[in-house]
Amino acid sequence: MSAAPLLLSVRAVEAFYGPVRALGGVSLDVFEGEIVTLIGANGAGKSTLLMTICGNPAAAAGTILFDGADITAEATHRIVRRGIAQSPEGRRIFPHMTVIENLLIGTTAAATDGVEDDLARVFDLFPVLKERTHQRGGTLSGGEQQMLAIARALMGRPRLLLLDEPSLGLAPIVVRRIFGVIGELNRAQGMTIFLVEQNAYHALALAHRGYVLANGEIVMQGTGAGLLADERIRAAYLEGGIA
Amino acid sequence: MAYFLQQFVNGLTLGAVYGLIAIGYTMVYGIIGMINFAHGEIYMIGAFIAMIAFAVLGVAGVASVPMALIVVLLLAIVFTAAYGWTVERLAYRPLRGSFRLAPLISAIGMSIFLQNYVQLLQGARVKAMGPLFRGGFVLMEDEGFRVTLSYLQLFIIVLTVALMAGFTLLIQRTALGRAQRACEQDQKMAALCGINVDRTISLTFVLGAGLAAVAGLMSTLYYGVIDFFIGFLVGLKAFTAAVLGGIGSLPGAMLGGVLIGLIEAFWAAYFDAAYKDVAAFSILILVLIFRPTGLLGRPQVEKV
Ligand SMILES: Nc1ncnc2c1ncn2[C@@H]1O[C@H](COP(=O)(O)OP(=O)(O)O)[C@@H](O)[C@H]1O
Ligand SMILES: [Mg+2]
Repeated sequence: MSAAPLLLSVRAVEAFYGPVRALGGVSLDVFEGEIVTLIGANGAGKSTLLMTICGNPAAAAGTILFDGADITAEATHRIVRRGIAQSPEGRRIFPHMTVIENLLIGTTAAATDGVEDDLARVFDLFPVLKERTHQRGGTLSGGEQQMLAIARALMGRPRLLLLDEPSLGLAPIVVRRIFGVIGELNRAQGMTIFLVEQNAYHALALAHRGYVLANGEIVMQGTGAGLLADERIRAAYLEGGIA
Repeated sequence: MAYFLQQFVNGLTLGAVYGLIAIGYTMVYGIIGMINFAHGEIYMIGAFIAMIAFAVLGVAGVASVPMALIVVLLLAIVFTAAYGWTVERLAYRPLRGSFRLAPLISAIGMSIFLQNYVQLLQGARVKAMGPLFRGGFVLMEDEGFRVTLSYLQLFIIVLTVALMAGFTLLIQRTALGRAQRACEQDQKMAALCGINVDRTISLTFVLGAGLAAVAGLMSTLYYGVIDFFIGFLVGLKAFTAAVLGGIGSLPGAMLGGVLIGLIEAFWAAYFDAAYKDVAAFSILILVLIFRPTGLLGRPQVEKV
């Protein structure tokens, strides 16, 4: 896998909320075509890392390279237009917009042609969205909102897809469906995916490689299978968590 | 009945002007959650630019009224929009992320600054202009009372309806309008979708100022006199209209404008004209006490 070109490189990145340090020198790599997962307890700094990659909060120290370009100090919308899309924590669907409008907002980062094809592709992945085209985002179920958040990210034709806890609060059957789609995106389209999860079992089973974040620092890394087999991981993140 | 109808026509005309200005208040509130107290002055500047443009065209010998109107309309919109854009850049953007009252105080400062700026440049005396349109339609005649809809009133109402329809389409149907609404609902997420939030906010000010410029042109024509202080009262009434309709709501601003215009016209006609402003502001207070979300506003969603 590591023979593929380096797509995202995070080097000694620190991030703050006011005086509070949420990331204390995080370094990690994502290579093209990989699924990389980041697991860690609540409050470890996972969401902060995804947001810092997107420039909000901007990194206070360290560097972030995307496809070789330094994006550390760039504005969020510019970073996104380079090809990094995020399905953020809490999904953040635009509640007063319809499903189709939410999807069209996602195209802001992409070229204007081929929107119809992109729509057809995401409806293929999530057929339920097609039935809900003109329903307001705020009235969707949690699972549907999560699907919409991923679909909206895909509408920007990203080269790197950031997913923040897509399984949070969803029924097991919906979780399986969403993880199925994540795997399919990677296998069929070669989409590079950086997946943040508390649901460590599913994430590690799916990912090629994984990192463990604790108190804003990377404390472990390895292949998905290797981490899954690790005793310390099992004790800290997996006990009773096999859903 | 005839008298009533006449007041209705007059109120509608007034309401058109208030509605156009109210859109600027409501859109800015929607996107950055502040009341732009300098918006009334933007309207005043629009009126001045219109009057100056008419004077220049007059000197240049442009005799065709439709031609003059179109040119003045465009000039007023372009220059006033530039003022709207500049005010946002200088007075509000640097304060973004600061404490909540900071931009509000800055807006009041801007409002005072713009009044003085125009007073310095144009003098404190009232500026007057002869009527551009004369005549109108007689809608009905009843016991010797004629209900007329002047050509100017017709022009104001038709142009307002067209602008409001066009503006609604822009917000509802275009990518630009979607970006605008996305920023209203969740700026952080809008940026994550690739939207340039700062640019979208600028554009909101530009659009609001453009509509206020049209309102300025209309009052220049309707009243024939303007001074550097007209933005205060009209701005406050348009703000009342926006609150009555539901601050943040585009159809609310339009409806609120019309209602305030009608209330003012009927109050002046049937009660004491000297207290017509009091009527409008009593409405503001009543709405704020009993229905702060206004007629068409939705309950405030917590902004994260
Ligand atoms: N907007 C914020 N303001 C202040 N502190 C925050 C904010 N968001 C997160 N934090 C703090 O930063 C730390 C990391 O949070 P977060 O990145 O959300 O962790 P995770 O996603 O791993 O649960 C936590 O201590 C959290 O309390
Ligand atoms: Mg999180």
